[in-house]
Amino acid sequence: MSILTFIGGVHPYDGKAISKDGPICEYKPKGEVAIALSQHIGAPAVPVVNPGDKVLAGQLIAQASGFVSANVHSSVSGTVKAIEPRLLVNGSKSPCIIIDNDLEFREAEIKKPKPLEELSKEEIVALVKEAGIVGMGGAGFPTHVKLSPKNPEDIEYVIVNGAECEPYLTSDYRKLMEEPESLIAGLKVMLKLFDRAKGYIAIEDNKPDAIARMKELVKGEERIEVKKLYTKYPQGAERMLIYATTGRKINSSMLPADAGCVVDNVDTVFAIKCAVLDGRPLTKRVITVTGDAIVKPQNYLVRIGTNQSELIEASGGYVNPPEKIISGGPMMGMALSTTDVPITKTSSALLCYQKDELLSLTETSCINCGRCISVCPGRVLPSKLATFANRGDKDSFIRYNGMECCECGCCSFICPAKRNLTQAIKTMRKEVLADRKKK
Amino acid sequence: MSEMLNVSSNPHVRDKQTTQMIMLDVTIALLPAGIFGIYNFGIRALLVILVTIAAAVFTEFLYEKLMHKTITVYDLSAVVTGLLLALNLPSTIPFWIAILGAVFAILIVKQIFGGLGQNFMNPALAARCFLLLSFTGKMTAFTYDGVTGATPLYNMKHGESYDLLHMFLGNTAGTIGETSALALLLGAAYLLIKKIIDFRIPVFYIGTFTIFALIYTACNGGVDFTFIAGQLCGGGFMLGAWFMATDYVTSPVTPMGRIIFGICLGLLTGAFRLLSSENSGAEGVSYAIIFCNLLVPLIERITIPRGFGREKKKSAA
Repeated sequence: MSILTFIGGVHPYDGKAISKDGPICEYKPKGEVAIALSQHIGAPAVPVVNPGDKVLAGQLIAQASGFVSANVHSSVSGTVKAIEPRLLVNGSKSPCIIIDNDLEFREAEIKKPKPLEELSKEEIVALVKEAGIVGMGGAGFPTHVKLSPKNPEDIEYVIVNGAECEPYLTSDYRKLMEEPESLIAGLKVMLKLFDRAKGYIAIEDNKPDAIARMKELVKGEERIEVKKLYTKYPQGAERMLIYATTGRKINSSMLPADAGCVVDNVDTVFAIKCAVLDGRPLTKRVITVTGDAIVKPQNYLVRIGTNQSELIEASGGYVNPPEKIISGGPMMGMALSTTDVPITKTSSALLCYQKDELLSLTETSCINCGRCISVCPGRVLPSKLATFANRGDKDSFIRYNGMECCECGCCSFICPAKRNLTQAIKTMRKEVLADRKKK
Repeated sequence: MSEMLNVSSNPHVRDKQTTQMIMLDVTIALLPAGIFGIYNFGIRALLVILVTIAAAVFTEFLYEKLMHKTITVYDLSAVVTGLLLALNLPSTIPFWIAILGAVFAILIVKQIFGGLGQNFMNPALAARCFLLLSFTGKMTAFTYDGVTGATPLYNMKHGESYDLLHMFLGNTAGTIGETSALALLLGAAYLLIKKIIDFRIPVFYIGTFTIFALIYTACNGGVDFTFIAGQLCGGGFMLGAWFMATDYVTSPVTPMGRIIFGICLGLLTGAFRLLSSENSGAEGVSYAIIFCNLLVPLIERITIPRGFGREKKKSAA
């Protein structure tokens, strides 16, 4: 089987070994949970409970407020304590439903859906919407929107993103190893929506056991294929993944559906399976707690809203006090000022470093070496774009195709002058997008 | 936790390579040529190299000190400039001229335009051309084995005999670092393997120049491969193509731009070396490179990549 990839990219230290071997263990929160109303792209959900109400695990507590929005369910049983702003991983204070956990984890009654064969396409999408599923790889785009493209008959590929190209993350790998059948079941649900589509399970070649396992299981499945990807960051970025597996290119203003593709992350496909086959809403996810500061790095099945400090404790605490903690991977994750933040549907990892390697670096002048350009998967000129961004020169930034940047971080990673290229470009992109919204 | 943790924008990890390590690699790659120069021209060549490097580094240090700027001599870029300049000087050069060249390179060409990364011309080459115009006699007083002699390239231009093997190995007259094509190719291989330089500029430069020479000889009494090989090994061509034309700061940053840059260099070098009158110098590489340095902003402007997924002309959605 050929090994698929894209042009550009980098090879950061992968750090996966420390957390990849232990099985996923379920962690039940000990304290209150804080469930954010906005864990997705789009309009925040609207609470349907009031302080003082009793809730059960799996009960709807906030309703999607529009098409691009997502339902939110309680992950524990207990009493709604308050609806108030709390600090989230992205550094903003955002409204959360705080639930006083009664530690009984009583489940709301589950309405078992009809068997898959009897479900219509509309019913499948409705079940996904009902379950509040969003892209769990990090972006948090509501999945029911992704599953309802304008022309469903034009979708030719449903791609399960098992690349897991971010260093240190092993949650998708564990899921692939432990519950491969569920993943295939989830993919089959998705394929039912798109009659012409083939299903691809794309996995980087640093997980040969997962590839072998999956291949074994899809033998005889006519519509499903396993695709081996070359291990390189950002192989799992949507645009790079589509290019590697199908040879099709989409630019920043196109959707995967424009290239006949639907891409979903491993955990998301599991969530689809749970929603459509079992009728379970999205209340749990897998998270990797790792890094050299953690005593016992491990993967957990956690309930949404669990305080991240609890996970550190569960992992045996710190070897040494960490200087830096990241929610997500080291390349695209967000640095946390405190671990006193709740887990959301998009929290893929909690990465704790003893040392912050950025502290010792000083930015020096650009020497025009072009390394950022050769690694840029977006095929733009990061060094120039960052200069325009720092200068506030929006017109040049746009003229040099700055909006094609996917913010993957390769340019900053590779820069020998240690310039913060990604940061500058990201900031400018936000400004330009804000301007466009105004108009 | 009461204490706040460090925060920063992603990515939170960085590659180990630094500007200093790149400059060190370039210096290492120039060592074979430098050592061969010392072997070839004696201890005076070593002195010229040391004096020029010292002058370059000291000028940079002094300027930054006096201007209250961050001292950047540790990035080793001044060492590379000094070394490159020295390799472009004859071993007989008076020390004061070598020092003047180093000061010119660092002060006038590099620092006044803003220091590292801001110069629009290769400092070492600009200094060489400045010295060549100001002290033509001293700059072209080549000796070999203690005897004053013309460079093989000069002999070629004037239809005299030349020994190709000597030109390849480097035991001929010339500047300290340019004579041995072999030593320079060793250094170039090191740079390519360590991925310090991109193959595009040198390959398209050498390719274009070879084709130019091929056509030239074809129009002047039949294709002459010995002549072409001599042109490639002679003068500053190898030094220029692998070490000067590939200077990051003064070459285009876009992949397509690098190809165009290489082609322009090949054409200009061909024109300067082969089409110029009998009386003008035999050398054309330095002028070709500093001239093309000036074209870089223009080349970059016409080769802005369109971005992933926009390569083909398509109306933006």
